[in-house]
Amino acid sequence: MTDASHLYSLVAEFSDPERLVTAVRRCREHYEQVDAYAPYAVEGLPEALGFERNRVPLVTLIGGILGGVGIYALQWYSAVIDYPINSGGRPLDAWPVYIIPTFEITVLGAALAAFLGMLLLNGLPRLNHPIFNAPDFDLASRNRFFLSIRASDPKFDLNDTRRLLSGLDPIRIIEVPA
Amino acid sequence: MTSQAGTIEPPRGQRYTGAIITDKIADLVLVRPMHWGFYVGFALSTALTLLFIVAISYLFAKGVGIWGINQPVAWAFALTNFVWWVGIGHAGTFISAFLLLLRQRWRTSVNRFAEAMTIFAVAMAGLMPILHLGRPWFFYWLIPYPDVMDVWPQWRSPLVWDIFAIGTYLIVSLLFWYMGLIPDLASLRDRARSRLAQVGYGLAALGWRGEARHWARFETAYLLMAGLATPLVISVHTVVSLDFSFGLVPGWHSTIFPPYFVDGALYSGFAMALVLAVPMRVVFRLQDFITVRHLAKVGTLTLVTGLIVAYSYCVEVFNAYYSADAYEIAMIHNRYFGPYAPIAWSVVLCNIVIPQALWSRKLRQMPLALFTVAMVVLIGMWLERFMIIVPSLAQDFLPSAWHMFYPTFWDLATLAGSIGAFAFLFLLFLRFLPAISMSELRRDAREQPIVAR
Repeated sequence: MTDASHLYSLVAEFSDPERLVTAVRRCREHYEQVDAYAPYAVEGLPEALGFERNRVPLVTLIGGILGGVGIYALQWYSAVIDYPINSGGRPLDAWPVYIIPTFEITVLGAALAAFLGMLLLNGLPRLNHPIFNAPDFDLASRNRFFLSIRASDPKFDLNDTRRLLSGLDPIRIIEVPA
Repeated sequence: MTSQAGTIEPPRGQRYTGAIITDKIADLVLVRPMHWGFYVGFALSTALTLLFIVAISYLFAKGVGIWGINQPVAWAFALTNFVWWVGIGHAGTFISAFLLLLRQRWRTSVNRFAEAMTIFAVAMAGLMPILHLGRPWFFYWLIPYPDVMDVWPQWRSPLVWDIFAIGTYLIVSLLFWYMGLIPDLASLRDRARSRLAQVGYGLAALGWRGEARHWARFETAYLLMAGLATPLVISVHTVVSLDFSFGLVPGWHSTIFPPYFVDGALYSGFAMALVLAVPMRVVFRLQDFITVRHLAKVGTLTLVTGLIVAYSYCVEVFNAYYSADAYEIAMIHNRYFGPYAPIAWSVVLCNIVIPQALWSRKLRQMPLALFTVAMVVLIGMWLERFMIIVPSLAQDFLPSAWHMFYPTFWDLATLAGSIGAFAFLFLLFLRFLPAISMSELRRDAREQPIVAR
């Protein structure tokens, strides 16, 4: 057993997405706390990481419903209850014209929920993250692909994990301090 | 690294890799290579922006009487500008959202700047009705909020729908644009060398680190936003057209207005996208990303929307006679043979006759020709908005009320100033944010190689 308490994770750097996806699959056989970083959305990578529950659509739906129901209720309340104006004897509860603001605010609510939901579910915004301590990590937004096995994983062992990673054809292996 | 524009390029005939794409596009912002074309454009647009500020300040000091508006022509340049600018703002979101849903991969090179174009155009549009208000500082009374006056907006008024439609469109377009920018801002943060740029782009990137699960949620949210933005695009100009068609004025009161306006909006928007893309790709040496093929596709879209616009003009004339309504028929006569006839025939020339040149495949491959036709279309579309708004008001039901409208210097200054301010914002965007989506291009370049020419 090597002491790994000063580490956040052990990171392997790859040159292409295919190697990364294969490596992720291999590492997931042994470890739970595996993360992967890529400069664009790589197909099949989230599934390889065991990512299943994407709640963004649900959050978006809730946002849309809240927006639509809210604005319809506001229109009805203001026009019928709080501030009724008799305009040429037209009905106060003029639902056909309420549809336009209702449509707009439904879309607005859903879009805001999609955007904020995506950010909050991702744990963003965030000022810093230990992974940024990895040298070369600035290339994760350019052309390099990174796999990280967190030191907090129960099966993490500096030597064993390093041996596993070095068998996966990485460019280099990096110890990331916590 | 030199200050020569776009020196980071693979040798001729070689593929662009993810690294070269990122370096090239990021350096347009971080290194800021300068080209004389940029200086000229920036100087011109700054001068016009100053004119805009002067025109608005004078307007706020004196009131709308400085314009040529009168009774019965209470709506003129400000509303023409409004409808024209909102229209231009349509193509951006259409290109990015609709083409994303249709999986048209070519959109990747053009969506970012088209979205920026949308936002700045809608910003210009949003200003116009506010400037046109007698008391512009009370514009927020249109928003429903619990105030001490106990007054609510009149929900049956299209002008109230306007603020919902335009406001929602601006916010959703902004969110869509910003969301697409987040991974690119992270690229800029990682590549920036100055502390200020690192911190600035770092804060804007919200801590994006490219984690695979983050990408999955990002892609889902992006697709959902595209699905939401697409009907929104259609709704915005529909609502704008209702401002007119809900009125009884001959020439406005027509059921064809919503599709007619939406299509005209896309027409002018595609034209503006061409007008911006043609010089931009030369000045910033983006010809390998925004290729002749991209321009030709936008040219085709311009032609298609132009033909629908031509059809709408015909239907307007047909409907006037078919209605057997004396005022509608008189309106069509006045439009094409009355005092504003030169405007109407210029519209026909600019929007119907000249764009037919786009049928030629050879011409669609010539950037300069596309630029010229697009300019003509933009002028034509502005005149079309004017043709719909002013002649209908100038000669309505009672001949005793008829009155001509002539623009004053301040009308023209507001129009020119808004064009300047739009260009000013767009040029600043090109200097501070990546003009093309780097993350999407990196992904697409693996499947469809981008070859240096």
